[in-house]
Amino acid sequence: MSFAVTKTEKLEGWNRPPVVEPEGEGELLEVAMGPHHPSTHGVFRMDVTLDGERVIRLKPVFGYLHRNHEKIAEGTTYLASMPYTDRLDYFCSLSNNWAYALAVEKLAGQEVPERAEYIRVILAELTRVQNHASTIGFLLQEMGASGTPLMYAFREREKILDLFESLTGSRMMCNYMRFGGCRVDVSAPWLEETRKVVAGLPAFADEFEALLTGNEILMARTQGVGVLKPDLAVNAGISGPMLRASGVNYDIRKIDHYGIYDRFKFRVPLGDHGDIYDRYMVRVLEIRESIGILNQALKDIPGGPVMDPKAKIRNFRPKPGEAYGRIEAPKGELGFYLISDGGPNPYRYRVRPPSLINLTCLEDMCLGQNVADVVLIFGSVDIVLGEVDR
Amino acid sequence: MGKDWGCELKTVEEIKAAIEAAVPGAGVSVVPNPSPAAQHSLLIAHERAIEVAMFLRDNPELAFDYLSNVSGVDWLDKEVTEKVKVTKPVTKTVDGVEQTVEEIVEETKKHVVPGYIESVYHLYSVALTHGPLVVRMRTANRVDVAMPSLTPVWRGAELQEREVFDLYGIVFTGHPDLRRILMWDEFKDHPMRKDYVEPDDFEYEPTAHDEVLKRAQEHQSRDQRSEIRDQGSSAG
Repeated sequence: MSFAVTKTEKLEGWNRPPVVEPEGEGELLEVAMGPHHPSTHGVFRMDVTLDGERVIRLKPVFGYLHRNHEKIAEGTTYLASMPYTDRLDYFCSLSNNWAYALAVEKLAGQEVPERAEYIRVILAELTRVQNHASTIGFLLQEMGASGTPLMYAFREREKILDLFESLTGSRMMCNYMRFGGCRVDVSAPWLEETRKVVAGLPAFADEFEALLTGNEILMARTQGVGVLKPDLAVNAGISGPMLRASGVNYDIRKIDHYGIYDRFKFRVPLGDHGDIYDRYMVRVLEIRESIGILNQALKDIPGGPVMDPKAKIRNFRPKPGEAYGRIEAPKGELGFYLISDGGPNPYRYRVRPPSLINLTCLEDMCLGQNVADVVLIFGSVDIVLGEVDR
Repeated sequence: MGKDWGCELKTVEEIKAAIEAAVPGAGVSVVPNPSPAAQHSLLIAHERAIEVAMFLRDNPELAFDYLSNVSGVDWLDKEVTEKVKVTKPVTKTVDGVEQTVEEIVEETKKHVVPGYIESVYHLYSVALTHGPLVVRMRTANRVDVAMPSLTPVWRGAELQEREVFDLYGIVFTGHPDLRRILMWDEFKDHPMRKDYVEPDDFEYEPTAHDEVLKRAQEHQSRDQRSEIRDQGSSAG
């Protein structure tokens, strides 16, 4: 490989949010939205400066849920952090498990049996379906549609959580994956039940879309609101459905082919405008693509062990070195960066939290918008505070 | 696994050569990674870090336009014990006569290798779908902890560098908004450092028990003693 040598130009991409000047001579109002506010999905504060209804400045304030997860993980063994990863993004504990297991498997050079890979894909895609459905439900709830869309989403989520409970013993804190496989095998009745639930999902997606996609209020509130330009989105490290809603074709399942994602046929939905409506649409379409992946995985799942027989459970000490592993979690790129010094505990354990980094552009999206739209823009980012603050 | 394009040692060496051709005196070196992941990294010097970052981002064949992850890592000072051979004059009695003879003697010497705090950047390319390229910067020691911020090049570093500043204490010069992000503003220390000592937190525990209670009692008796002493001194 050879590289053309180019001259470095001036600093570009210095994408600071623009300064918005107040109009007229009205008094400016400073509002602290949060930390206890029903729209902030937890404890999160936005210090908003308002000129009438218009947002002219917005500063996010983090840290209310901070418990220094990374320091705690440095003090325990590799495996002991696995249940703690459930508590990062507590909507998607199985995705978090997978990301952590993937990073450790890279660090220790472990293999994963084929059946375990299929189980991982099935669980991750079920997680994605229920996360996207509830995100849309919450978004509509914040838009004023009290109850109905959220309850539709939660009805479906309930079925998926029941599957998680019967497999892992817990509805949300699943703690299911291990380095080199999964904790227990899935049974034939469980697979049958999963097939039944998955067979019902397209009808749910149709119903959900019939209720929402053409809805006049939804379109009026979301189209052209909270626009994020693609070049800023890439420069700011935005990932997941938010990045794709801005029209950037970047799905880590397609790029890295981690696990066995190269075996499945699926499309990557992209948005045109990068507004809230596109983020909604991308999530709905991703639910449909996930159903496709689930059907393929449930059809092809082979027999065999779910745990690599060579995997070491006790006295697990990876050789000195480092590894960064990442997956396409429902919220975006979830990565784990691990450094081993040869001991039983990681020397450094870092979580790359998609929820936090997707908030980098919150101010850019909100500037000049009405204060009521801040709630929607924030809701469309899809964050969980357990992961933002760690 | 898919394209771990930036990981291979050969590719990292090539990128290093390309950087050196584009940015003279960049001070780049390769840090090999012995783990099976084999994600080797580039260590870059502070002076021209921004130019190197701009080159990595804007070169059409590299196009690392996406900064994924920024992590701080703390490496403590290490005391290294070495055996060194030294020639020394030694007084000896040879044939009944005292003589000074030069001899090679083995000595153990101890010296401290200064630790450092590093910040590690994982870069990907959205345009060319390759990566990761791992770039790291190190401080000279654990006291003088400034380094240039890469937020002007990739805005994705904005919140993450604030986090590294908060938890590790690296001062990123050129960062537009370097404040604490997770800890509160009045907090003094940097909790992710390896030598951080946790404070007694019994005050915040409403029903202290076991070890915490013991520590609390010790602490209280210490406080009372000092109170009595204070009163005595003020009365006298």
